[in-house]
Order: sequence, then C-alpha cells, then structure tokens
Amino acid sequence: MRSLWADLPARGRVLLGLLLGALLSAPLVADRYLISVLILVFYFAYLGEAWNIMMGFAGQLSLGHALYVGLGAYVTAALWLYAGIGPWLGVFLAVMIAALFGLAIGWLGWRFGIEGVYFALLTIAFAEFTRIAFDHLDAFGGSGGLFLPVNTAQATEWWNLRGGPLLFYYLALALAACAVLLVARLGRSGLGYQWLAVREDPQAASALGINVFRARMTAMLISSSMTAVGGVFYAFYYRSLFPAQVFDIGRSIELILAPVIGGLGTVFGPVVGAFILTPLGETLIAVMDRVGVDAPGAKAIFYGLSLMTIIYVQPNGVWPWLARALGFKEQA
Amino acid sequence: MVSILANVAVQGILTGLVYGLMALGLSVIFGVVRVVNFAHGEFTVIAMYAAFVLFTALKLDPIIAMLPIAIVFFGIGYLLQMVLINPFVGRAEHEQFILLVGLAIVIVNALLMIFGPDAHPTNLSYAFDSYLVGSLIFDKVRVYAAIAALGVASALFLFFRFTQTGTAIRACADNLVGAAVVGLNINRLYALTFGLGLACVGAAGALMVTIADVAPSLAPAYTLLAFTIVIIGGLGSMAGALIGGILIGVSEALAGFLVAPSMKSMFSFGLLIAVLILRPQGLMGRT
Repeated sequence: MRSLWADLPARGRVLLGLLLGALLSAPLVADRYLISVLILVFYFAYLGEAWNIMMGFAGQLSLGHALYVGLGAYVTAALWLYAGIGPWLGVFLAVMIAALFGLAIGWLGWRFGIEGVYFALLTIAFAEFTRIAFDHLDAFGGSGGLFLPVNTAQATEWWNLRGGPLLFYYLALALAACAVLLVARLGRSGLGYQWLAVREDPQAASALGINVFRARMTAMLISSSMTAVGGVFYAFYYRSLFPAQVFDIGRSIELILAPVIGGLGTVFGPVVGAFILTPLGETLIAVMDRVGVDAPGAKAIFYGLSLMTIIYVQPNGVWPWLARALGFKEQA
Repeated sequence: MVSILANVAVQGILTGLVYGLMALGLSVIFGVVRVVNFAHGEFTVIAMYAAFVLFTALKLDPIIAMLPIAIVFFGIGYLLQMVLINPFVGRAEHEQFILLVGLAIVIVNALLMIFGPDAHPTNLSYAFDSYLVGSLIFDKVRVYAAIAALGVASALFLFFRFTQTGTAIRACADNLVGAAVVGLNINRLYALTFGLGLACVGAAGALMVTIADVAPSLAPAYTLLAFTIVIIGGLGSMAGALIGGILIGVSEALAGFLVAPSMKSMFSFGLLIAVLILRPQGLMGRT
C-alpha cells in the first residue's frame, strides 16, 4: 500500500482518489446495465492482474488460465450444492486445488526445460484436457452444466454470496482493488525483482544466485490461486457452469487481453486494459443495435481488428503511453 | 475384434496423413520464420469452405480443387507475411500471438457471418465406396485424400532438398545472420516460406472436406490439433509433422471407437502432455 502510494506523483494520487470515489459512489446514479458492465470490467481487471504476475513479471506465457477459473468455480459450486459449504469456506479448498494444478504444470514444464511457446502449449493442453474431462464428469453435471439454484430463503444471505448486483459490484471492486495493491506490493518486493531478473535473462539471474525454478513456481502459485478466487466469483455471479464455456480456450485468451492491451508487467495496465476492452465491446453492441445491423459476428470482427491495431501501434500496451501523457513515472 | 481395431487404425492413418499435411504448414512456418501461426486452423477452415463452394457450385472434386486453392493460399500467405507479419518477426512471442489471435477472431466471425454456424457436408458421389484388401477396408475418399496429402508433402520435401530457393530457405532457418551476410533476401524468403506453409494448409483444407463437415467452429480445434501434432512430431521436422499426424489420427480413431467420440481429443492432449514431459523436442526433433 505504501509503496503504491509513494510511487505515485501528487497528480496520480488525486486521480486515483477521484476514480475510487467515483466507482464507490457509482451505484447511486448508475442503472443496472452500467453496473453489470462495471462488474465485468472489475472482473477482467482482477483476472488480468493475476495473469500479469505470470507473464508480465515472471515472463512465462500461460494460455490456459481458464483452468484455474474453472477449478475455482466448480469446486466451490459443488461444495455449496452437495455439502452446503458456503463459498467463504469453499474458496480455501478451491484455491488449494487450483494451486496444486498450477504447481504441477509449472513443475512438469520448468523442471524439464519447457519454456516459451512450448510452455504455453503445455498450459493449453492441460486446460483442454480438463475441459473434456469435466464434460464427462457426471458428478459435476457433465456437459449439461452445473447450476446454483436461486432459493428465495437464501436470497439475501450475502455471506454466502447470494444477493443482487450491488453485492457483486462491491465484491468485484474490492477484488480488483486488492489485486492492484498486491501486485504493486509484490512488484516492489525482493521477489518482484527476482521475477524481473528471471524474465529478462534466466541464465544471468541464475548466475546471480536466484533460484529461477523457485521464482517461477512462486509466480505460478500466486497467479493460479488468485485466478481461482476469480472463478469462485464467476460461479456465484453467473450461477451456471458449463465446461465448454468455463474451461474454453476462448476464456483463457479473453482474460489475457486486458493486461496485454493495457501493458504487461505494469501495475495499472490490466485495469486500464479492462476499462478499454469491456466498454468497447458493449459500445459496439449498442451501436450495432442503433444502426440496425443484426450481425453477431460483426462485433467480434471489430474486436479482433482492434486487438491487431493496438498491438501494431502500441506493442507495450496503452498504460505506459498513458502514464507518460499524464506525466507519471512509467513504472507506476 | 482385432480386425475391427485394425480397420479403425487404418482409417486413423489415412486421416492422420491429411492432419499431417496441415501440421506441416505450421511446422515449416515456425521452423523458418519463428512465428507461431495461431490462426492456422482458421486458414484450414477457409480452405475447406473454398473446396465446399467449388464443389457445390461447379461440382469440382475437392482432390482436384486442392491445386487452385493451394496456389491462391500461397499468394495469401506471401502477402500476409509481407504486409502484416514481417514487422512482428523477432518481436516478443506474446505480441505475435495477439496479432494472430486477432486475425483468427476476424476470420472465424467473418466465416460465421457468411456461411452461418451450421455444418455443411460435401457429398461426393464415391463417398461410400471402399477397397477391400484382405480383411481390411479402405474408404476410397480417405485413400485418395491420403495419397494427395503424401504427394503434396513429398513435393514440398523435394523442393526444400533439391532446389536453390529451398536450400536458401533452409539456410535462413539454420543461421539467419549467416544467410543475410551471404546476401540472401530474408524478407522475400520468409514471405515464400509463409506462402508455402499456407499452400500446405490450402491443400489440407481442401482434402479435409472429404473427411469432415465444414463449420466455423472447427477452426480453433484445428489450430490446437496442428499444434499438438507438430509438438509431438518435433517442431521444424517435416517427417515429424507427418508422423505426428498419423499418431494423432490413429489415437483419435481408436479413442473414438473404444471410449467415446467426444473424448478423442482428450487422448491427443494426454499424448501431447506425455511427449512434452518425456521428450520435449518431439519425436523427430533435434536437441
């Protein structure tokens, strides 16, 4: 917390304070639609921060983070459905299982010298393997899906994540804010500097006495655990889980877009990226409706073109450029 | 039972050769240009639609349509490398990845808008003919497709082995700086390579319509399939791509028959994980 605050120039502090104030009071003026868009923004900002630890800091490309989202979601949902164990307790088991999977993948990959594209493919392979497995696991609903019923008696049990949009709005905001604080803190820690050294040159880092394997495993541990918590949020917000949706490679790609567009290895990049991408998609739908074009593919086409343009023009992401334009130090 | 399994395996081998040709395109591109084509399956599906349209409109047999499609795809690949991908050569992997994923999203959704989400079968007149050799049944379409795939792969192999341009491209792959020093035009050779890679995809896509019904949703699955095959066979190894294709073809066919068709790709990914752990450079890859 202190490190984040100290890194920001006075203008940045004022801006951040204003933004937080605006987001905290947004439900007073915003309608349900705007609230639902903002929830998505926070959700992707949160997942983006989690993925950013792996890629932006430790320099390992994971294209299978949907695996941890899905495990987090399914474990807590199943505990709630079958054992009546609430998400506040279930989240611990969910995080443990997701972290175990993450560590197993990391161990298999890095112990055997699998890096770069190969590591990315290993993560995809595990996520797809799990997706198909869940399609056939009848205990978890199989391909037919797992549903959390709306029970009026429990409708206001906010401690069991049952409630209206406001509950999820503030929960998502809190998750995103905590993730930003955590990443800011980690980035300024010894571990954070180890990650950067390992990212830039594993051999040199190793020569300096850094345990490369351990640094990467820690990144995996933190990243997969955080992502699993995002999955818990997903399960109770949407209340329906399908393997083909939750574990899909499209989900893994979706959640890395915000940090890549915003700026890898930066604290605010994923947040900025999420604030650009989600509203961009929503605006597109609105514009298409207004113009009267009824083509579901058109939105995605524009989305793909935007991605290509942004990576062409700003390969380092929007945040470093924005930070300079606002007169901040680039690192913040 | 044994003869049924043998028949299933034969189907798998024939299908696997077409898979192998598709993966060969990916392997050639990565081996030389060092860019992972994350839109590989998307291009395959474009070629499938091209073959499908040519068949329904002109009654052109996909095995003949393969040639014009491959030529057009060569042109597309050449232009794509020159215009879009060249600035990204040598840039970080995730940047190339985002560029090609963006392209893949555009392609899939354009196909979705043009052709709709439904699967379209290509009904060949000889679709149900087969050859009987001993107790083994060979589907005529699959035999034709497999022979065509082998032919294209051999042509490519001979090109790389025995022509001057092919040797120059191999030089770029082996030692980029050295190739530039002796005066090879790297940009042009990269564009040629990308063109050749996509020509393989064009040919493979045309052959694929004889095996599968074309639908936009196939695209991401084929991208993953191509990756799996290439990693199993060994990135950059041409023989590896074909062997990987056959292995995956057989594993899919057997798993689909013995376990459940919907679980067949789970076994492919299991095989991929095993290969990555036991022999990360792939079966035919060099260390």
